[in-house]
Amino acid sequence: MAEILEYAPAPESRSVVTLRENYDLFVDGGFVPAESGESLTSLNPADESALATVAVAGPTDVDRAVSAARQAQENVWGPMSGAERGKYLFRIARILQERSRELAVLETMDNGKPIKETRDVDLPLAAAHFFYHAGWADKLHHAGLGTDPRPLGVAAQVIPWNFPLLMLAWKIAPALATGNTVVLKPAETTPLTALVFAEICQEADLPAGVVNIVTGAGGTGRTLVEHPGVDKVAFTGSTAVGRGIARAVAGTRKRLTLELGGKGANIVYDDAALDQAVEGIVTGIFFNQGHVCCAGSRLLVQESVAEELLSRLKERVSRIRVGDPLDKNTDLGAINSADQLSRIREVTDSGEAEGVERWSPACDLPTAGYWFAPTLLTGVSQSHRVAREEIFGPVLSVLTFRTPEEAVAKANNTPYGLSAGVWTEKGSRMLWTAERLRAGVVWSNTFNKLDPASPFGGYKESGYGREGGRHGLEAYLG
Amino acid sequence: MAERRTDAKKTARKAAQAPARLSVRKTYKLYLGGAFPRSESGRSYPVTSADGAHLANASLSSRKDARDAVVAARKAFAGWSGRTAYNRGQILYRVAEVMEGRRAQFTDQLVAARGTDRTEAETIVSAAIDRWVYYAGWTDKFAQVIGGSNPVSGPYYNHSAPEPTGVVVVFAPQDAPLLGLSSVVAPVVATGNTAVVVASEPGPLAAVDLAEVLATSDVPGGVINLLTGRTGEIGPHLAAHADVDALDLSGAGEHATAFEEAAAQTLTRVLRPGPEDGAGERAWLDPDPGTSRMSPFLETKTVWHPIGV
Repeated sequence: MAEILEYAPAPESRSVVTLRENYDLFVDGGFVPAESGESLTSLNPADESALATVAVAGPTDVDRAVSAARQAQENVWGPMSGAERGKYLFRIARILQERSRELAVLETMDNGKPIKETRDVDLPLAAAHFFYHAGWADKLHHAGLGTDPRPLGVAAQVIPWNFPLLMLAWKIAPALATGNTVVLKPAETTPLTALVFAEICQEADLPAGVVNIVTGAGGTGRTLVEHPGVDKVAFTGSTAVGRGIARAVAGTRKRLTLELGGKGANIVYDDAALDQAVEGIVTGIFFNQGHVCCAGSRLLVQESVAEELLSRLKERVSRIRVGDPLDKNTDLGAINSADQLSRIREVTDSGEAEGVERWSPACDLPTAGYWFAPTLLTGVSQSHRVAREEIFGPVLSVLTFRTPEEAVAKANNTPYGLSAGVWTEKGSRMLWTAERLRAGVVWSNTFNKLDPASPFGGYKESGYGREGGRHGLEAYLG
Repeated sequence: MAERRTDAKKTARKAAQAPARLSVRKTYKLYLGGAFPRSESGRSYPVTSADGAHLANASLSSRKDARDAVVAARKAFAGWSGRTAYNRGQILYRVAEVMEGRRAQFTDQLVAARGTDRTEAETIVSAAIDRWVYYAGWTDKFAQVIGGSNPVSGPYYNHSAPEPTGVVVVFAPQDAPLLGLSSVVAPVVATGNTAVVVASEPGPLAAVDLAEVLATSDVPGGVINLLTGRTGEIGPHLAAHADVDALDLSGAGEHATAFEEAAAQTLTRVLRPGPEDGAGERAWLDPDPGTSRMSPFLETKTVWHPIGV
């Protein structure tokens, strides 16, 4: 491999973050300890150092949070005019912008993703999400969802660890804009930015009980979604947990939206602009260490250009800088947790056992922390586990096709249906392909683009309902 | 069986009087993939009028019939969803045209089966025909009403459009066998889904009459498949079927929760029973239900493309 430019270390300063040793639950406008006194420790996955301990909410705590949310919905937030509700959301958006550096650094420390991404993607999008929804709050009757759309009440929201603050924004902003109040449970490995968000709610003088944050693990989440006092459940996470939630809300009055797993196909036709496609493939699978439900984790490349594309792709992947997430030059950060690392290893190893060819560039991984080198798997067939299961890591499975019909058939040959990509310079072929892909988001000649105005969500076992845009409001209005 | 014997006695008495012309009775069968088979199980069940008189034997569908119906609906999906919206609109309008020609049959059926008075039956039949006209007009409108372009922050063309979810199992209202049935089936197929319909268990005959209309209205075989029988027997298999994409639980009654639980295994979309459930044909009279019964069976697809030279 030719010489790669060496970069001097350029770490972002941690001094903008003031961490407390312990964090309590955020209920009814204030921080309160969990009744059980139990806590969990949130680690920095880049070096396994402890960042803070966080309270674990039990049934009594969840009950208190739901009651606070109910009171706030009925007495304050529901009766408030949409224009005033909107102004609170505008205010929150502005504070997120003002404190974006602090939150970006904290997110990178808690999650392991590169500062480049938290700074340029997570934070700007989180703020934009509040700003976008703020403007809806007094215009809901124009949203095409009836002339007098009503809030549902109390929303129970459970979010994953891959985009902690951004997923919080995706959940809380539309719920609040539509007049609902929320009880949100962040992921157990990434609770810290949600707790700073709680401080931001205080800073914005948001009425007590409108937003409640209950930290904990799976048990806390289960208690929350099964609580009889919630009217709406919104979950982003694994398909397995999503199934359980769908079963748990069956026969109740609770409305449900689910944003679950994916195994996105990224189709490259022989007329694609190959260098652009290579960039898109890299963004598709290595953005956020591949911890992305809409990742383009299956590359489907037309046979006639497969060799050429793979050679350019390998050259490009060799230039991915893996390491300190706080370094501004880092492209690929740490895997979020030991559990996730072992899952990635297990599924990727199964590929080797099933006969696929495994390739990673030479790269020095740090000794402490959770790390996985960018990996390409070639010679993959549709029956291999690495082609069927979501790996949720920096691992790309490469398959080939000959005809557009075959590309579509292979792309759709999955129980998931969240995202897909199409690379071609021919407009009619792009539209023909996009029309046939059973996926909620189709990126053509681009990948992994997100925007608060753009509805996001899946077909089939990737869940139901949409988040973002006018469509996303439907999930919170009755 | 007791009812059958009573009926046989009545029939025997009538036969003794030897009418001038013996009427030709209809065999009520299933409607699967555009054909009218009996249940593969060879079973039937007696259907009675409101006052208990025997009207006919309807096919008692089995699990295998239910699976066959799903296969037929899946097979028809690509073709039906691929048709132009205008073409689907014309076909749904054609359903209304053919129903109009059979007004008398549908009216008589409601009077006989439910003891509805004739004026009321006329009202229900008219509303049922008009329901097909209503959704015929929606086929090429809903995409504009529900979809649109999204003003994203960057140089991208970004557009969201609704697409049909796929194969929808419709548990038709138990107590609204014609207007209720039309009100739940028409919106499902208007948007390009294909349907497996479980007819009202006590009132399946109007559904079979409607299937005969569908068969002569240019609706492609397999787009709407009709099962008659026990909701509690075939429903669990349909609700848990991995190749079913959505359930309309309108007529699922006491089974609604169990079906929703079964559907969770493959994240099958579920429309829960609404306020119309159990309130009879009159509950379905609203002439303008809007998009409320279409949007639960639609997926929003968003397509991005960069803008540049």
